[in-house]
Amino acid sequence: MHKRLAKGEKKLKFRYLPMTEQDQKQMMDTIGIKELEELFQDIPKEIRYDGRLNIEEALDETKLVKEMTRLAETNINVKQYMSFLGAGVYEHYIPSVVNHMLLRSEFYTAYTPYQPEISQGELQAIFEFQTMISELTGMDIANSSMYDGPTALAEAAMMSAGQTKKKTILVSKTVHPESREVLKSNAKGQNLHVVEIDEKDGVTDVEDLSAKYNEDTACVIVQYPNFLGNLEDLAAIEKIAHQGKGLFVVSSNPLSLGVLKPPGEFGADVVVGDVQPFGIPTQLGGPHCGYFAVTKKLMRKVPGRLVGQTTDVNGKRGFVLTLQAREQHIRRDKATSNICSNQALNALGASIAMAAIGKRGVKDMATQNIQKAHYAKNKLKEKGVEIVYDQPFFNEFVVRLPKPIEEVNKELLNHKILGGFDLSRHYSDKENMMLIAVTELRTKEEIDEFASVLGGIK
Amino acid sequence: MMTHDQSLIFEISKEGRIGHSLPELDVPEVDINHLIPKEMQRTEAPELPEVSELQLVRHYTALSRRNHGVDSGFYPLGSCTMKYNPKINEDVARYAGFAHLHPYQPEETIQGALELMYKLQGSLEEITGMDQVTLQPAAGAHGEWTGLMLIRAYHEANGDFQRTKVIVPDSAHGTNPASATVAGFDSVTVRSNEKGLVDLDHLREVVGDDTAALMLTNPNTLGLFEEQIVEMAKIVHDAGGKLYYDGANSNAILGITRPGDMGFDVVHLNLHKTFTTPHGGGGPGSGPVGVKKDLVPYLPKPIVAVKEEAGEARYYFDYDIPDSIGRVKPYYGNFGINVRAYTYIRTMGPDGLRNVSEYAVLNANYMLRRLEPYYDAPYTQHCKHEFVLSGRRQKKLGVRTLDIAKRLLDFGYHPPTIYFPLNVEECLMIEPTETESKETLDEFIEAMIQIAKEAEENPEIVQEAPHHTVIDRLDETTAARKPILRYTKEA
Repeated sequence: MHKRLAKGEKKLKFRYLPMTEQDQKQMMDTIGIKELEELFQDIPKEIRYDGRLNIEEALDETKLVKEMTRLAETNINVKQYMSFLGAGVYEHYIPSVVNHMLLRSEFYTAYTPYQPEISQGELQAIFEFQTMISELTGMDIANSSMYDGPTALAEAAMMSAGQTKKKTILVSKTVHPESREVLKSNAKGQNLHVVEIDEKDGVTDVEDLSAKYNEDTACVIVQYPNFLGNLEDLAAIEKIAHQGKGLFVVSSNPLSLGVLKPPGEFGADVVVGDVQPFGIPTQLGGPHCGYFAVTKKLMRKVPGRLVGQTTDVNGKRGFVLTLQAREQHIRRDKATSNICSNQALNALGASIAMAAIGKRGVKDMATQNIQKAHYAKNKLKEKGVEIVYDQPFFNEFVVRLPKPIEEVNKELLNHKILGGFDLSRHYSDKENMMLIAVTELRTKEEIDEFASVLGGIK
Repeated sequence: MMTHDQSLIFEISKEGRIGHSLPELDVPEVDINHLIPKEMQRTEAPELPEVSELQLVRHYTALSRRNHGVDSGFYPLGSCTMKYNPKINEDVARYAGFAHLHPYQPEETIQGALELMYKLQGSLEEITGMDQVTLQPAAGAHGEWTGLMLIRAYHEANGDFQRTKVIVPDSAHGTNPASATVAGFDSVTVRSNEKGLVDLDHLREVVGDDTAALMLTNPNTLGLFEEQIVEMAKIVHDAGGKLYYDGANSNAILGITRPGDMGFDVVHLNLHKTFTTPHGGGGPGSGPVGVKKDLVPYLPKPIVAVKEEAGEARYYFDYDIPDSIGRVKPYYGNFGINVRAYTYIRTMGPDGLRNVSEYAVLNANYMLRRLEPYYDAPYTQHCKHEFVLSGRRQKKLGVRTLDIAKRLLDFGYHPPTIYFPLNVEECLMIEPTETESKETLDEFIEAMIQIAKEAEENPEIVQEAPHHTVIDRLDETTAARKPILRYTKEA
């Protein structure tokens, strides 16, 4: 038994393992053991793994590249085909500089910045991220990031319940269906009650919201632009959300806020979402990067890490993780959120993208999305495609087609087009309805072609 | 008067500069007021920076130079497994065929991605000895919460609604009790004995018919293997509870022992620790969860599965999990991170992974033996992949563990984890990992010995450290009392 272990490796087989036979011998002498095996004597024999793990064999770097390339190339990616998929994840322009800066390994090979003296770069970058998110959302404060938009939304609901001591979460059916699923899983843990508000004409049914709001309401959650692409009437919803003690939570695509009035100006207490549209590739849905912004009043209730500005003993400006009394490693079982690792590197990537795109660019980019999406809508209408809603929208809208979207999308694939999202997957009343996203990356020519093909589907 | 030697990006911003090249607007432009009602348009532009591309590059390059990563130098941060992050993993994750996939593409267009996920699930099942793995959880704490929700669903399905308690050792990571709370449980602490292991008598006392689960890290956060794990599992199982394995310390056991064989029912792994995906300055991570058969019906959906179609393997998302706890993460988890972890597993194979743990443990024991003459070692048995020292001897000389940590910065090292676990006075927790050479370990040991001597002969130099960093110790009290959490343009 354990012969292989006792002997050790004859030669260096793995480029990540610098141990030589001589090193091993010297180290074992220092420890006072003859066999490596002696270090594992405390693991009872009956639970020792005697075999050789039944996993695929090691590959040298050349074969590895070949195999991983095979797996990658078995897929069709959104750069090969023309894509009209959105539904929470968007293909946007990513300045080349973003990836170059992200590959500075002082950033990506670092841990959480618990030692501020040697983590000023990361800490400052997060402080800048917090500022950019506050600016876009019109909120006082933003945290350093969450896993993604939907988990940020669930955390907002839990924070609201903690703050108001109330148990009912009102969430509109126009909020991303997967966000609502994540919310429900989280609510179960906290024994919260999730009540969905009906949709009417592609937006939240304000009357239904009014009817369901009561004294147990911890918060009202809507999405802006909503999952169907439409712009909610935040002013009207805010009035209802704040008629009692409940908080007003808005989930928002931050790119849209380059043009749209930010939720903060509508009186939102919490604004959450995903910064994926800024510099983060779609990568099959993750990792992306959630954000979480609040009013000053809620500063000490925010989940996750916060970076604050301070000075050192010489009066020099520096940055530290702060208000840590909120967090799990201090509060342990009294913590209201268990988040530890977040999405720091993606927050950095998004910051670099936001800085590259800049104050003027964010308006231009958001405007292009609006212009191109509206052009696409009109073009499709011209080609006889039914447009379902008559609401103001950002870069997504809904069409109804003569047959199931799954079938439509199969036909579109033949034209090297990745069609829009099949709404019947989540809405039983939306058979044959497709959610189409048009970003700044789609050219007029592509939109025209898409309209012709879709218009021709019978 | 506050000074600074590093500008914020907002402070180098100047109106009119741009750092991007947006596509042309090639569709006829319509007056925006016809598209978006005026009352929904923003009137004041967000104050994002306006910088040229080179200014942007200089800014972030300067910031990176004010940061220490594994590539910068030794990073023996206990329980964090700061090993080398292979470059090939970064290349592969950026292949267009992985980076530019949309989560809602038809399954037939993402067969390679699904195959990768399926094979990663399978590899992790084999490594942990579990029956089914989900890749959905985004990080370790997220995996903990997911695992506890699975345990809760299992008990509730059995009508066991009184199982409201999760037992956690006093040496546990802070996320354990926090995850228990968020999953709706109360946590109960079980004590450690003088050997640093769970006190079995105390465990027997706290276990009962209200026990939902015992959460355990093994090796524990002191770096010690819970050698009575089989007995512990029996105690918990006999009482009807489940065993949860916190995989933060898996780097000690790859191919040597498996949580599934130890008696654990649920496991999470931190791919950003054991499987070399970068920590990224705090994330993104990935926290897959593996379970034994009786918990499989409750897993989050979807799971990646395979079937044969016309003689060919066809991978698909299986949503047919009627008793599922639901969704814990949008889409399918942190796919880009999972690509890196799979690339690593393919690089190492079965022998390489076993070597990883053998050398991680050898390195830790070597350091422990060389340092114990200079610092108190509260536990003297062989450790696993990490060990703890106590700075109580130095504390008597007026030098705190925090000072030792700060002094290490002057030598170019990231300090060990300090003041954790909570049950060791003035704790230093050191995890060298297997990717460090003996020379690096020796140099670090020499620095630690020098600091121990300085504490005796010249304590000020330690107390006033660091001396060579870009900034001195920061005023954290004021930061928390009068928080400044964003930049505001001066009027």
